[in-house]
Amino acid sequence: MSPLLLLIVIPLVAVAFIIAGSNPRKTALGAAALNVLGFLLIAGKYRLAEGGFQFVSSVPVIPSLGICFTLGADGLSIALLGLSVVVTLAAILVARTPQKLPGAFYASLLLISAGGIGAFASVDAFFFYMFHELALVPTFLLIGIWGSGDRQAAAWKITIYLALGSFVLLLGLIGLYLSLPLGARTFDMREIAALAEIGAFVPHDAVFLLLFIGFGVLVSLFPFHTWAPHAYASAPAPAAMLHAGVLKKFGLYGILRLMTPVFPEHFADRWSVLLLILVAGNILYVGFVTISQKKLDLMLGNSSVMHMGYAFLGIVAWNDLGVTGAAFTLVAHGLTIAALFALCGELRERTGTLDFAELGGLAKSMPAFGLLFGFAAMAAVGLPGFAGFAAELMVFFGAFSAGDPSLGWTTYQTLTVMAVWGVVISAVYMLRAYRKIFLGSQPSRWGGLLDLGPVPRVAVTALIALLLIFGLWPPLLLSLFSSSLILP
Amino acid sequence: MIPPLALEVGIVCLGIFLLMLDAFWPRLEKPVIGWIAIGGVLVVFAASFCLGDVPWALSASGFYRLDASALFFKQIALLATALTILTAMDYSPVFCRYVPAAVPGAGLGEFYTLPLFACAGMMWMASAADFIMVFVALELVTITFYVLVASMRKSKLSLEAGVKYLILGALSTGFLVYGITWIFGMSGQTSLDGLARIMPELAVESRVPLLFGFGLVLVALGFKVAAVPFQFWVPDVYQGAPTPVTAFLSVASKAAGFIVLLRVVEPFMVVPEIRDKALLALGVIAGATLLYGNLAAMPQSNFKRLLAYSSIAHAGYLLLGVASITSGTAGVAISFYLAGYLVMTFSSFLVLVIVSRETGSEDISSFNGLSQRSPFLAFVLMLALLSLAGLPFTVGFLGKFLIFESALASGLYVLSGIGAVAVACGFYYYFKVVRAIYWQPAAEGASEIRVPGPTRLVLGLLAVTTVVLGVFPQPILALLR
Repeated sequence: MSPLLLLIVIPLVAVAFIIAGSNPRKTALGAAALNVLGFLLIAGKYRLAEGGFQFVSSVPVIPSLGICFTLGADGLSIALLGLSVVVTLAAILVARTPQKLPGAFYASLLLISAGGIGAFASVDAFFFYMFHELALVPTFLLIGIWGSGDRQAAAWKITIYLALGSFVLLLGLIGLYLSLPLGARTFDMREIAALAEIGAFVPHDAVFLLLFIGFGVLVSLFPFHTWAPHAYASAPAPAAMLHAGVLKKFGLYGILRLMTPVFPEHFADRWSVLLLILVAGNILYVGFVTISQKKLDLMLGNSSVMHMGYAFLGIVAWNDLGVTGAAFTLVAHGLTIAALFALCGELRERTGTLDFAELGGLAKSMPAFGLLFGFAAMAAVGLPGFAGFAAELMVFFGAFSAGDPSLGWTTYQTLTVMAVWGVVISAVYMLRAYRKIFLGSQPSRWGGLLDLGPVPRVAVTALIALLLIFGLWPPLLLSLFSSSLILP
Repeated sequence: MIPPLALEVGIVCLGIFLLMLDAFWPRLEKPVIGWIAIGGVLVVFAASFCLGDVPWALSASGFYRLDASALFFKQIALLATALTILTAMDYSPVFCRYVPAAVPGAGLGEFYTLPLFACAGMMWMASAADFIMVFVALELVTITFYVLVASMRKSKLSLEAGVKYLILGALSTGFLVYGITWIFGMSGQTSLDGLARIMPELAVESRVPLLFGFGLVLVALGFKVAAVPFQFWVPDVYQGAPTPVTAFLSVASKAAGFIVLLRVVEPFMVVPEIRDKALLALGVIAGATLLYGNLAAMPQSNFKRLLAYSSIAHAGYLLLGVASITSGTAGVAISFYLAGYLVMTFSSFLVLVIVSRETGSEDISSFNGLSQRSPFLAFVLMLALLSLAGLPFTVGFLGKFLIFESALASGLYVLSGIGAVAVACGFYYYFKVVRAIYWQPAAEGASEIRVPGPTRLVLGLLAVTTVVLGVFPQPILALLR
């Protein structure tokens, strides 16, 4: 049995314990901590020099359709599994036990986490899909029961949108499966990639579109992004951390795992213009939308959509540097947005409002809070030293040199120039948010606010420390990617 | 080894025996009759796994067919009957309120026994290989249902449902006979095998009348499986009928309708020109059923009526499977879907019976705060609803997966797109109930809901089955090979 199964089973067992009546918070924390430990042991065992999928185990489930429950991890999945367990621990650390149905609250968080871990540890596309869907109901309940603001509308929107998106994705997966040659039909992503490499099959363009729209909805790519900001704004902080930090990465991970190996020409050439337009929309349009937000939660929700645009740009650039940068962005953004949503949730607990107009000068009463928020905001902007900088730099260099620059100025270069302005945009909204919340004169009613407690302080500091480590020493992550990504 | 016909004969004998027992021993406790019926059905269910061969004379007559799928549908009918009788026993307090009685519990004996006759009819339908056999078996089922639907004689809704079902059922029978007549007139065959054999040899001019006959049979079967545009009886009848009967109608009657539909469609697939037209008709009906069932379910506020529309919606997915019959995997997909549908539908109806017994209402709002009143019922119902919606790790998802795999494999792209919209609608109306269970607070003064032991056990089993079959469908798929 693959040790990866443990990472999936531990949260599920914890859920069972919580249903049986054990203390929800302690059980959830224990499971999350165990998972981090388990992950470190597994990652330590990963033989980097060999690369490829390791810890593979397979159980046939529907032999007639070639569906197996196959677990395994290569460098990219190891990186995302690490992201999942770390963000889960941080989310459960900063979670505040609610009065209403505390057991269901922690059980839902653990289920989202198990879904993310299961998806990243699956080699079989069928189970990869199934695990992602595991999070749908917990998200609906988390936003609906414990959310804030217009939680009902937000919960419906994310549920219906993601249900439709994932069904489109399912049709795409079936289409991909059916386009495989008879007798070699499988959902194993390794075999699909291998078959694609030798040109054993040519899927229809419709399959590309279905998969692209499906994954695009799940990762909230422009123009399928409108579910994300409201859902994240209304979700309780740990749910937003898990969803924006971990689960959303599923879409781009799926594109890297399934689509780029099968449709290299679509990314390189045939559909690149359309994709570039979408990227521009994702970075610039959503960027301007983000600037216009007047509340911190909606601003963060939009910014998380916008940052997915960088990862997408890296993929569209379709060269080593760009694709690796995209993978790097996934990890960097996951950690950053988790830290930001954690702080955002803490702020909501204290003030009850996230409206910039009502806040101000909070750094006076909460200096540590202000400092950590400053770090997280800098990480989001992509200041040198943070992982985001390394990621964006790789993406921009990759995109600028994409296509065939020897033939003169390319569309890619135009777009890169535009995308670099995205950095300015994010600097504008992040710094403005910081100024409005933490600087300036402090309204008297915020005088008695308590600074960040020790537990959330540790959680956020750990996330920022990881961002600094990866930012200062990128090869730590890059070595994982280089052996696993299928590069052009 | 048990001779195959012994299953149906056993069930009929059991039914007659229990009716006699009820008539001649009026002081016998009614639950005893129910338990004997359930026990008997389970014995027959167990016997169905060790059947001998069909006697040569019977199979050669072309009347009776016993293949893997026939046996599978018999087993579905048996399980559904046992579950119906169990639900009926939980429903008995409500039932007695609506039946005029000199002695308490009058009418309960028949209420527990009649499903057995419908079950026998369905089992014959599963094996029917001849139009005459189809007709007779179908009538046995339908006539039993006329009685069952109207059995709460003091309930206006139940009587209204009974009359509606009687009139429309009779109409559909007329269509069926008329259709069979046309097919017989053109081919000289009532046997399905014979029809398939003779089909390529028939003159080109006879194709249109044959398709006309096929269309009439399709109308009749459309009534049975609740396909649009023959669905208008469904909401009223489902809402008015006693809840166990609704569940029985929704699962077993539909399953029997689909096995017959699959059998009847087969001979019309032999000749390409006829096949294309027949498939077109099926595809149009499937698309309309998918859209209508799902869209009309969205605004419902009564849970039983919601389940009625959801039953139409699921008929749509199943018809999508029938329309993709040329893919070769459709039969397995439909059978699996129906097995899953049995599990999740009976969970929902059992919980509905228990909750409405407590609250006296079948509205979705009567489920408010169920998570506090009974965490067990809340969880089981949520699981059933998620499975109906088609969420992964439940049997409902795998059913949909197999159906859509089959649909895409046979090139039904537009219908699959309609199916995607339908699935998204489904999420809305099933999650509406989940919302009531978990988001909304319970009404003032609502107390804990107690669940009787056997029902709790069955609900637990159904919930476990929902998940286990959602991950390891192989036991069911192996039965179908």
